[in-house]
Amino acid sequence: MFDIFVSALTNILTLQHIGYMMIGVIVGLMIGIFPGLGGIAGLSLMIPFLYGMDTTSALAMLIGLVAVIPTSDTFASVLMGIPGSSASQATVLDGFPMAKRGEAARALSAAFFASLVGGLIGAVVLTGFVLIARPVILAFSSAELFMLSVFGLSMVGVLAGKSLVKGVAACALGLIIGSIGGAPATGEFRMVYGVDYLYDGIPLIIIGLGLFAVPEIVDLLRRDRAISEHNTLGAGWFQGIRDVMKNWWLTLRCSGIGALIGAIPGLGGTVVDWIAYGHAVQTVKDNPKFGQGDVRGVIAPESANNAKEGGGLLPTLLFGIPGGGAMAVFLGGMVLLGIQPGPSMVGSNLDLTYTIVWSLALANVLGAGLCIVLAVPISKLTLIPFKLLAPFMIAVICFAGFQATRTLDDLITLLVVGVLGVYMRRFGWPRPALLIGFVLATQAETYLYQAVQFYGWEFLTRTGVMIIIGITAGSIWLGLRARVSEATPAEILAVEARDSGSGRGPAANIRARLPQIIFAALALAFFAVGIQDALKQSFLGQVFPLIMACAGAAFTAVVLGLLVFGKPNHAVSSDTEHEAQAEGVPLRSTLGAIAWVGSLVALTALFGFAIALVTFFVAFLKLRAKASWLMTVILTAGCAGFVLTLASALNMRFPGGVLQDLYRLPWPFS
Amino acid sequence: MTSTTSTRRGALGYIAAAAAAVTLGAPALAQTDFSGQTIEWIIPFGTGGGSDTWARFNAPFLSKHLPGNPTVVVVNEPGGGSTRGTNLFAQRARPDGLTILGTSGSTQFPYLLGDPRVRYEYQDWSVVMVGPTGGVAYVSPSTGVESIDDVANLQGQRLVYASQGATSLDLVPMLAFKLLGLDVNYVFGFGGRGDGRLAFERGEVNIDYQTSSAFINNVTPLVEEGTAVPLMSWGVLDEDGNPQRDPTFPDLPILEEVYEMVHGEAPSGPMYDAYKAFNTAGFAAQKMVVLPAGASEELVETYRQAWRDVFADPEYLDTFVAALGSYEQVTDRAAEALFTAGTNIDPEVRAMVVEMLESEYNVRLGD
Repeated sequence: MFDIFVSALTNILTLQHIGYMMIGVIVGLMIGIFPGLGGIAGLSLMIPFLYGMDTTSALAMLIGLVAVIPTSDTFASVLMGIPGSSASQATVLDGFPMAKRGEAARALSAAFFASLVGGLIGAVVLTGFVLIARPVILAFSSAELFMLSVFGLSMVGVLAGKSLVKGVAACALGLIIGSIGGAPATGEFRMVYGVDYLYDGIPLIIIGLGLFAVPEIVDLLRRDRAISEHNTLGAGWFQGIRDVMKNWWLTLRCSGIGALIGAIPGLGGTVVDWIAYGHAVQTVKDNPKFGQGDVRGVIAPESANNAKEGGGLLPTLLFGIPGGGAMAVFLGGMVLLGIQPGPSMVGSNLDLTYTIVWSLALANVLGAGLCIVLAVPISKLTLIPFKLLAPFMIAVICFAGFQATRTLDDLITLLVVGVLGVYMRRFGWPRPALLIGFVLATQAETYLYQAVQFYGWEFLTRTGVMIIIGITAGSIWLGLRARVSEATPAEILAVEARDSGSGRGPAANIRARLPQIIFAALALAFFAVGIQDALKQSFLGQVFPLIMACAGAAFTAVVLGLLVFGKPNHAVSSDTEHEAQAEGVPLRSTLGAIAWVGSLVALTALFGFAIALVTFFVAFLKLRAKASWLMTVILTAGCAGFVLTLASALNMRFPGGVLQDLYRLPWPFS
Repeated sequence: MTSTTSTRRGALGYIAAAAAAVTLGAPALAQTDFSGQTIEWIIPFGTGGGSDTWARFNAPFLSKHLPGNPTVVVVNEPGGGSTRGTNLFAQRARPDGLTILGTSGSTQFPYLLGDPRVRYEYQDWSVVMVGPTGGVAYVSPSTGVESIDDVANLQGQRLVYASQGATSLDLVPMLAFKLLGLDVNYVFGFGGRGDGRLAFERGEVNIDYQTSSAFINNVTPLVEEGTAVPLMSWGVLDEDGNPQRDPTFPDLPILEEVYEMVHGEAPSGPMYDAYKAFNTAGFAAQKMVVLPAGASEELVETYRQAWRDVFADPEYLDTFVAALGSYEQVTDRAAEALFTAGTNIDPEVRAMVVEMLESEYNVRLGD
C-alpha cells in the first residue's frame, strides 16, 4: 500500500507533471471563465496535443483542465449573475447580491478559497474511500437513488421563499418542464407537439441562463447603473479567505457532502450544489441572510462542487460511468490515451488511480490559487456603467445558450424561459425551486419506475431507503424553520395597502394584485396543458407527469385563491414593482429591456449570429447607451473579434437565420 | 531528430504521389488535392462519447494520409438521437470532399425503423470506411447456467434485462432473446450499458450484454470471480456477409449456433432477418464514414486510398487496439458489403419489428 502511495506521489511531484498540469489549468481557466463552454470545449482544444505525449503528462493536462472549470465559472456567476455552468447555479443566489453590494472581490476570494479547500478535502476523503468504493457504489440501487432524488426535491422546502405553496407550485412547474421529451419507461414523447427541439427535452443550461441571468440583465437595464451599488470594491479578497476560515466546519461538511454525493453515479452533479446550499441554510443559525448576499451561501456550494469532481472520478474510473459532463470528457480523453476504466483501477492500476485523484487535488490548488490572484482585477467589471456592459452580457448569454445544441432554437427557448424568469422574479415565485424540479424530474421518474420494477413497492423497506427517508424527514423539518427569501416584505405591503384603497375583500385584492393573478392563472393553464398531454400517453408514460401536473395545478389554485381572497398582508402576495415604487427608484420598462435581448435573437433568426451580433452592438450602443461612434466601434470590434477568435479556435459554427437558408456564405456568416 | 525524419518522409511521399499522378495521368486514378483546406468531419453526437472518441482517434491519421494533408476537424452536432446532425449533413453538405459524416448504429436504427425525424437517405451516400465492433451477452449464475451447455435452463425462467430503450442498440439483444424463446422482462430508462452492468452487479438484473471492450475490461473480472457467465457473442460478418465467430471471442458461440442448440435447426424466417439486419447495423457496421450525395468516383477513391494508407500506417497499427479494440476498420469491398447489409431492410421485416415494438413495448414511431 505504502509503496503505491510513494509511486503515485513521485509521479505527481515532478516538474514535468506540474508543468503540463499548469497548461491544462490555464487553458481550462480561459475557457471556463466564459459561460457555457467548460470542459467540452477545452477538450476539443487540447485533443490535437494529446497525441505523441506520454500518458502521465497528457493525463496531467486533462486533469488540470477538468479541475479548474468548476472554479473558474464562478467569475460569471458572482460578477454578472450568469450561471457559468450547471456547477455554479447555486452560487449565483448569494454571490451576485454580494457583487451588487460592492463585495465582488470578497465573494470571489471566498468562493475560490472554498473551492481550494473543497478540492483538497475531497482528495483526502477519496484516498480512503477508493478502496471500499465498489461495494458502496453498488449499494446505491435505483431504490436508493429515487429516495436521494426525493431528498433533493425536499430542498424546495428551504428554497421556497416566503410562501411554501408557491415553492411547491414552482417545483411542480420544473418537474413538468423537465418531463418534456422521451418518457424514461416507454420512450414515448411528451409535450413535443412535433417540434424537433423538444424531443430531447430542454437543455439545463438554457433553463439556468433563462431563469437567473436574463432576469438580472433585464433588471439592471431598467435601473441603468453599474452592477455594484458602490464605487469601490469594499472589503477586499483577504476578507473572503477569512470568511472561509471562520466557517471551516461548514466548508468541511459541504466538501464531504460533495465528495460522497459526487461519487454516486446517476444523481447528476447539479443537485450537489443545491443540497450543499440547502444544508447551509438549514444549519447556519448565526444571523443568516441567505438570498441577499450571505457569504456562507457562496462558500457552501463552492466547497461542494470541487469536492464533487473528485467524487465523480470514482464511478468514472471504477465502472466507466461518467458522473457528469466534465467526467464524460475526461473518460473520452482517457480512452484516447489507451487507459481503460474498470476494476483494475483499484487492482493492478491502483497507483494510476491515486495519481489521478491527487493530481486533481493539486490542480485544484493551482487553479484556485490563480483565480484568487485574478479576483481583484476582474471584479472591477462590476464598476462599469451597465449600459456599456449590457451588450456584452446579452451576447455572452446568447453565446452560452447556443452551445446547448448550436441552433437558433436554443436562443428562442432562452428568450421564452428568460421571460418566465423575469416574471417569476417579479412575483416572488422561487426560481431555485423550479430549477430543482427540472433537474430531478427525469431522475425521480426513472428511478421510481425502475425500483418498482425490480423490487415492487417493498423497495421502501430497504435499509438504505429508510435511512435516506429519515434524512429527508429531518431536512424537511429543518427546512421549514429556515427559509430563503428573495423578496423583502415591508414596503410591498405598504404599496399594496395603498393600491387596494381603503376597501378589503376580493375586489380590492384583484385591483392591487392583478399582474400576479394573471401570472398564476397562466401557470394554472400550463398545468392544464400538461394534464391534457399526459392523458394521451400510455399508463407508464403518463403516471408521473399526470400526478405532478395535478399537484402543481392544486397548489397553483391555492395560490390564486389566496391572492384573490387573502388578507392584504398575506405572505403569498409579492410584487417587486410595488417594492420599487415604495423605494421611489425610477425604472425603465420591463418590456423594453426584454426587447433588447429579443432583438439579438430576432436578428440572428434573420441574418445568423455573426451579423446579428455586430448589428445589435452598434444599435444598442448608439440608441440605448448613447455612446460616441469611436466607443461604439471599439466595443463592437472588441466583442466581435473575441467571439470570432474563440469560435474559430473551437471549430464552431454559429446558428444561421433566413439569410443562411437562402444563400451559402463563407464562415463566420455560414 | 524524429520530426525531421517524418517531415522528410512526408515530403518524399508527397513527391512520389505527385510523380505517380503525373506519369499515370489516368483520370480514374486522379486524386483530389486538399492542400491548405479544412475538412469538417460531422459527428452527430456530443463530445466524449464513443463516436466522438472514435472520430477523434481517426482524424489525425486521415489528415496525414489525405493528399495535401488537410486539417481534419471533428464537428459535433448532437441532438435528436443523432438524427439532427445527420439531417443537417444530408441537407447542407456539398460533394466537394470537405464535409464528411461519421454515423453510428444509433443513426442507422431510426433510419431502418422509419423514425419520423429521419430526413436522410443512406443510399444517396458513398461509404468510404466502416468500423465494426462486437458484443457479448452474459447471464448471472443464479439462473442455473454455468456454461453455454446449460442454455436450456434459461427456458421458462423470468429473466430481467436493463435496457436503454427498445429502439436503441438494445433492440439486437431483444431480438436475439426472442429468437431463443427466452422470457425477458425489459426495464427501461437506463442511461447506458455501463448503468446496465451496474444493475447486473447489484443483482437487479440477471441477463445483460456489453460491447467488446467494456466486456473485456469490466465483465471478464466478474467471469473470473464466478459471478457472470458469458453466453454468446453477436459474431462478425465475413466479406460475403456470412456470420462468423468473433475473433476476439473465438471460444464463444454466436447466436446462430445457440439457436441450433436450442431449436435443433438453423435460424430462418422474418424474425431472424430482422435480427441480422439490426445486428449488422448495430455492430458489424456500427461506425461508418460517408461522403455526401453526388460525390464523384474520383473523390470516393481519394478517400478510400487514404483509409488504405491509414490502415497500413505503423503508428496506427500500434495504437488502434488500445483505443478502439481489436476490430479492424475496413474500406473498399468489405465496407460496401457491410454498408449494404447494415442500411437495407425488407419492408415486411421492418413492418413486423415496428408492429412488435408498438404492441409489446408501446413505442410509437409515427408520432
